[in-house]
Amino acid sequence: MVEVHLWSGLRSLTGGQQVVEVKAKTTGELLRALVHAHPQLQAPIDAGVSIAIDGRVIATGLTEPIPEGSEVYLMQRLRGG
Amino acid sequence: MALDDRKSDFTFVGTRPNRPDGLDKVTGRAKFGADISAPGMLHGAVLRSPHAHARIVKIDTSKAEAHKDVKAVVTRADFAEVPFKPGLEGEFWNVLENVMAGEKALYDGHAVAAIAASSALAARDALKLIEVEYDVLSHVTDVDKAMAPDAPVIREGAADYSVPEGMHPNVVRYHESGHGDVEAGFSEADLVTEDSFVTEATHQGYIEPHACLGMLGNDGKGELWCTTQGHWIAQKTCAALLGIETSQLRVTASEIGGGFGGKTTVFIEPVALALSRKANRPVKIVMTRSEVFRATGPTSSASMDIKIGMKKDGTITAAQGVFRLQGGAFPGAPGDMTAMCAFAPYNLTNVKQIGYDVMSNRPKQAAYRAPGAPMGAFAVESVIDELCNKLGLDPVDVRLKNAAHEGTKASYGPTYERIGLVETLEAAKAHPHYTAPLKPGQGRGISCGFWFNHGGETSVSLALSEDGSAQLMVGTPDIGGSRASMALMAAEVLGIPYENIRVTVADTASLGYNDVSHGSRVTYASGLATIKAAKHAVERLCERAATKWGIPTDAVKWEDGCAVPSGPNAGDFDPMPLADITADMGSTGGPISGHFEATPEGAGVSFGTHIVDAEVDPETGKTCVTRYTVIQDAGKAIHPTYVEGQYQGGAAQGIGWALNEEYVYGEDGRLQNSIFLDYRIPVASDLPMIDTVIVEVPNPGHPFGVRGVGETGIVPPLAAIANAVSNAAGVRMKQLPMSPPRILAALKGNG
Repeated sequence: MVEVHLWSGLRSLTGGQQVVEVKAKTTGELLRALVHAHPQLQAPIDAGVSIAIDGRVIATGLTEPIPEGSEVYLMQRLRGG
Repeated sequence: MALDDRKSDFTFVGTRPNRPDGLDKVTGRAKFGADISAPGMLHGAVLRSPHAHARIVKIDTSKAEAHKDVKAVVTRADFAEVPFKPGLEGEFWNVLENVMAGEKALYDGHAVAAIAASSALAARDALKLIEVEYDVLSHVTDVDKAMAPDAPVIREGAADYSVPEGMHPNVVRYHESGHGDVEAGFSEADLVTEDSFVTEATHQGYIEPHACLGMLGNDGKGELWCTTQGHWIAQKTCAALLGIETSQLRVTASEIGGGFGGKTTVFIEPVALALSRKANRPVKIVMTRSEVFRATGPTSSASMDIKIGMKKDGTITAAQGVFRLQGGAFPGAPGDMTAMCAFAPYNLTNVKQIGYDVMSNRPKQAAYRAPGAPMGAFAVESVIDELCNKLGLDPVDVRLKNAAHEGTKASYGPTYERIGLVETLEAAKAHPHYTAPLKPGQGRGISCGFWFNHGGETSVSLALSEDGSAQLMVGTPDIGGSRASMALMAAEVLGIPYENIRVTVADTASLGYNDVSHGSRVTYASGLATIKAAKHAVERLCERAATKWGIPTDAVKWEDGCAVPSGPNAGDFDPMPLADITADMGSTGGPISGHFEATPEGAGVSFGTHIVDAEVDPETGKTCVTRYTVIQDAGKAIHPTYVEGQYQGGAAQGIGWALNEEYVYGEDGRLQNSIFLDYRIPVASDLPMIDTVIVEVPNPGHPFGVRGVGETGIVPPLAAIANAVSNAAGVRMKQLPMSPPRILAALKGNG
């Protein structure tokens, strides 16, 4: 199981939960599992998210592995200039 | 992307060879956006709204169409039907609406129609023949006023899921993040300071205006030449807006005369293509400077509230920020980025940040180096400076005491990998600038800054020639010296001289997809792909050498540009240079090439610390920056001269943003200063020598340790200059730019 830390603005979509536990081995699985657990998370995921695994920010990749025991944060997708 | 082959000992990387585009640029041979023409070419011109907010009742183009020099007129009806969706999800709709107004003109300068004629002058003259009937609506250009209950609504239904109920429809996105308990943290502080700050919109100020040449036939096949930071996104967007297949439009990026984030989208390109399709002739459009200011993408303006608690020893106990960013008449102002970056340099137990994306009747904001981050740093680092002054603490020591490091929980959530902020602060403290005496009337300012950096989709192809030289094709326009750094990285892997490698920015038909040159991603991502492509070619070279020697491929390794036997049982052969292998490659298996395509996901975040001395004339309010030092972590500087140039460029643009540059809107909502005479960017005589210190804390996500350097350099300047000016003037400056009238008003207000 992976503990996914959300940004606090998403608590209104998860019944107040800021940490959601899901079963996932990759970033893509993780996003699907989050929506399965909390369907309202589909909107922020569609708007664009990045996933930080042990501090490394995965901007868009859905096939990145999530090692057991990793620290996982959902972040708003980054934009640059 | 896991990397197990990191390199730290270099032959070519870290040297300073001549730039490959130098001769072309100093002789005028380089072809920029406006430097191209085609047989039968027409010239385009765009009719723009004189109103900040108006319903378009009727557009009558009949008189223009009847003119002998006019070959085509387009309005919104000549573009594809792109369905409206809220927020960034509907970005194609937003871009279309910005490129050519639909039901309403949303800002002064918004395009409403365009003409193609036989000359540029005829096109501009014929614009006067288009009759537009407007129903002028009330407007708003200020971010705080745009959020007020009585503000005119720019567009109903543009807000996304994130906006709390009860907010004005102009608030279209909301971000909130942080950790700990800020109220508990403030109660632990010996001193809590709370203040509000404002910054105006600025423009990237690239010297080359937007320019393009478009050709599109009725068969849906087209060609586009344009100045852009990303020709694949131009291809994708133009194709969507014109309703053609992406692959049928070939886009070539010209040499680029500056972009800084402002050329990451399209403005005139779809218009030129629509005119061309209608006239069945190539159409060239070149923006005037006034059009660039009025109708491309400046930064957001910002209004911010900061509250920070500190103990007497300098420990920050809690930090809180509210950042309201105005991004023009479309969603996209980076309030979330401002919020996530503002406190990122610090190791905080209690932190909370809120960001708002607010629409107003201004042009659609575009990125500008680290979009959103400089404004937040200005507000946060000003309050930290104020706390240091009040508590009698050294500003570098306080930042060192609170500095984020490997293992720190970032203000935006995750735990940092290896980062280099502490190293930049230690370098600042050790730099002679920091302890140099100040003259009367001068003040010194310090600021840290943070930016994420980015990877992005990347394709690179490398082909070897028979004579042993190499051609490298990349898809990221060279906005900061990337052809030089790519050649250095390829030289490092291949073991052939830098001068033997020619790097070309390929067009969209010659290479796989590439994201825009933005997010400080090019040296990181195209560099990583170049290294991998070169390694791919080296594998082929080793295979050929093995065949020639009659030994297994795994018994050959690559050293200093030669295949050599690997291990005692591989046989005794003289090293075989690359050129000896390529000389007969046609008959030993065919051309030798390497390529790599991926979305690298290991861009390391970066930090910088700036030291600024400023002098304020109390009689005129004029500020002079007398000394400037930039210290920034590059991970690994591939071509140090270009890295230093990026640092100096960030400081120079920051000086303009801090002291003089601003969008000035009149009561009528029209831009008052749309030329360089009235919008004052710094000139050489405004700038001191900008010293640079390159710190190198390798990024674990890149084979050579590269971190992006293009954006972080503009994050600290606003704050560092504001702190220097505030300390010189003896009054806290809370509004940018700190132009002479504002300095005088602040001095007067301070008695």
